[in-house]
Amino acid sequence: MARPKLAVWKFASCDGCQLSLLDCEDELLAVAEAIDIAYFPEATSHVDPGPYQLSLVEGSITTPHDATRIRDIRERSAALVTIGACATAGGIQALRNFRDHAAMMAVVYARPDYIATLATSTAIAQHVKVDFELRGCPIDKRQLLEVVSAYLHGRRPNVQSHSTCVECKMRGTVCVMVAKGQPCLGPVTHAGCGALCPSYARGCYGCFGPSDAPRTEPLADRLIALGSTRGEVERLFSTFNVAAPAFREGAARAGGGGHDD
Amino acid sequence: MTTRTIKVDILARVEGEGALTLVLDGERVIDARLELFEPPRLFEAMMRGRACTEAPDITARICGICPVAYEMSACHAVEDALGVQVGGELRELRRLLYCGEWIESHVLHMVMLHAPDFLGFPDAMTLAKHQPERVRGSLRIKKAGNALVATLGGREIHPVNVKVGGFYRVPRRAELAALLPDLRAALAEAEETLGWLATFEFPAFERDYELVSLRHPTEYPMNEGRLVSTKGLDIDIHEFGAHLQEHQVPHSTALQARIVGRGSYQSGPLARFVQNADRLSPRASAAAVRVGLEPTCRNPYRMLLARGVETIYALDEAIRIIEAYAPPAEPAVPLVMRAGTGQAVTEAPRGILYHRYVLDDAGIVQDAQIAPPTSQNQRGIEEDLLAMGPMLASMSLEQATRRAEHAVRNYDPCISCSTHFLTLRFEQQGSP
Repeated sequence: MARPKLAVWKFASCDGCQLSLLDCEDELLAVAEAIDIAYFPEATSHVDPGPYQLSLVEGSITTPHDATRIRDIRERSAALVTIGACATAGGIQALRNFRDHAAMMAVVYARPDYIATLATSTAIAQHVKVDFELRGCPIDKRQLLEVVSAYLHGRRPNVQSHSTCVECKMRGTVCVMVAKGQPCLGPVTHAGCGALCPSYARGCYGCFGPSDAPRTEPLADRLIALGSTRGEVERLFSTFNVAAPAFREGAARAGGGGHDD
Repeated sequence: MTTRTIKVDILARVEGEGALTLVLDGERVIDARLELFEPPRLFEAMMRGRACTEAPDITARICGICPVAYEMSACHAVEDALGVQVGGELRELRRLLYCGEWIESHVLHMVMLHAPDFLGFPDAMTLAKHQPERVRGSLRIKKAGNALVATLGGREIHPVNVKVGGFYRVPRRAELAALLPDLRAALAEAEETLGWLATFEFPAFERDYELVSLRHPTEYPMNEGRLVSTKGLDIDIHEFGAHLQEHQVPHSTALQARIVGRGSYQSGPLARFVQNADRLSPRASAAAVRVGLEPTCRNPYRMLLARGVETIYALDEAIRIIEAYAPPAEPAVPLVMRAGTGQAVTEAPRGILYHRYVLDDAGIVQDAQIAPPTSQNQRGIEEDLLAMGPMLASMSLEQATRRAEHAVRNYDPCISCSTHFLTLRFEQQGSP
């Protein structure tokens, strides 16, 4: 039987999520045995035009050309899974969506009219149907292996959507917000990292994006009550998942009167 | 006149997306273009209005392969602005983290991205079918490097434990000591790997480069030092902008870095080795001697060996730091915000990485500038291709294409990093 074909695609991103596959040092050779790595330019010169059983998509849509390219990829892919915060929420580069894009371009380019970019950085799901979204900035490589394995065996991935807070409790880490008053997005952030930041004595900074049913507005109020400035809380919600609606609400609650410190 | 055009639409086995075009007229290359076409992400604009303490986490997202380099240059530049010194064990821990990144990034490039060029395979997975033990061995070295980054930083990609002033939490002795057996095994394996790499056939090609790297009074350079070159540059890093500048060239959409009054320059493993071979550990020095790599080397294909020597050095240095480690009393130096400008250069695996931030009195970033290694190396890569005409002329189009791609990969280009800044410099040339 022919091995299933896997493709890995890149849009606006840092390459870190696809690198996670090459960081599976113990599993990589076995994965390459079990599946046909049909398109993965970061790792191989070999190019197979598809169609593909599974496409992993990294990065966000920021140019007219990429908005077209993703539709072509969708047509050639039986299943399409986005990997990471850029592909799933627009990434840090989605900060442009909430600022004056023309002004940002002017900071960087003397002739912005030369550059074919969109005024927004958007998630893949805003352009094509996505079968599964894997969170994280970067993704967790164990979750990546689970997703690849699930799709190649025709089952749903076993990936939990509860909060980082739950993972932290399961791990037995002392709560950094309760014990030390540190700002932490753990209560509203999607699980998957294993509650890494609190185990390193810092608050969660939300790189996995919103969890199921996140209550970001009360959390924003609480962080301000604990002593963070409005600007600090607004920035905390405005990083790698800035365009995720729940995090936008948290940022807006803190930013309130357009205050900018 | 008959010309031949070599065109590679998507360069494989590099980090990020770029293309290559080369036009040959007999033995003469009349056009060489390394096009880096990733969409701009506007990091320098995004940093405006952010707290300076956010610079390490945000700029790490420029590159998934060398996030530690971005975290280090960002921390040092902000600390420079705030007048903060980070010394002692905290400084050693930063060096240890950098060792981990050099190891994983160098091995990724040497074995998984570059060795297939020398051996004529499409990728490391195919190479593994022919030489499984070589690939498995190098994956073990890479894993030891990644384990170091993950233990100290929390995870391999975009580590969470780095902050301006130091770390959020410093490791216990036992956490680091647990890494020693794998690091020692990796060191022996890295020596064997270098011996294997040295058996490759290196095309005969040399150029009279200006090689630029940091130089530290006592150490092989990572986080600190003066910026020196093989043609007499010797400056404090605060003079970076006065000496290293970018210019527009008509055939490229990218501005390319030059040294004022001279021309292109190269940074990276060969530049570091050539100028700092006397700062290597005895074991790394001996390895360089065994494979015949000397500071007189100007063959870019042999940069592979410099990367191998640096991998041995980084493993050796990591073991030294861990063996001598005693946890510091505080995980970080306290910060007091103030207005000012800060700059730093650190040695990313691929070469020098420059950050500059202007802060207001609350520590909010007013202006940011970042010069990644690949944008600095890009002009020199094109000059390599321009000089390769005689070597490519006698080859079939397919062979010549492979040789040209191979030449680009000598530099381990990191296109995700560079693009966002390259296009920007080009456009600035057109400013009224």
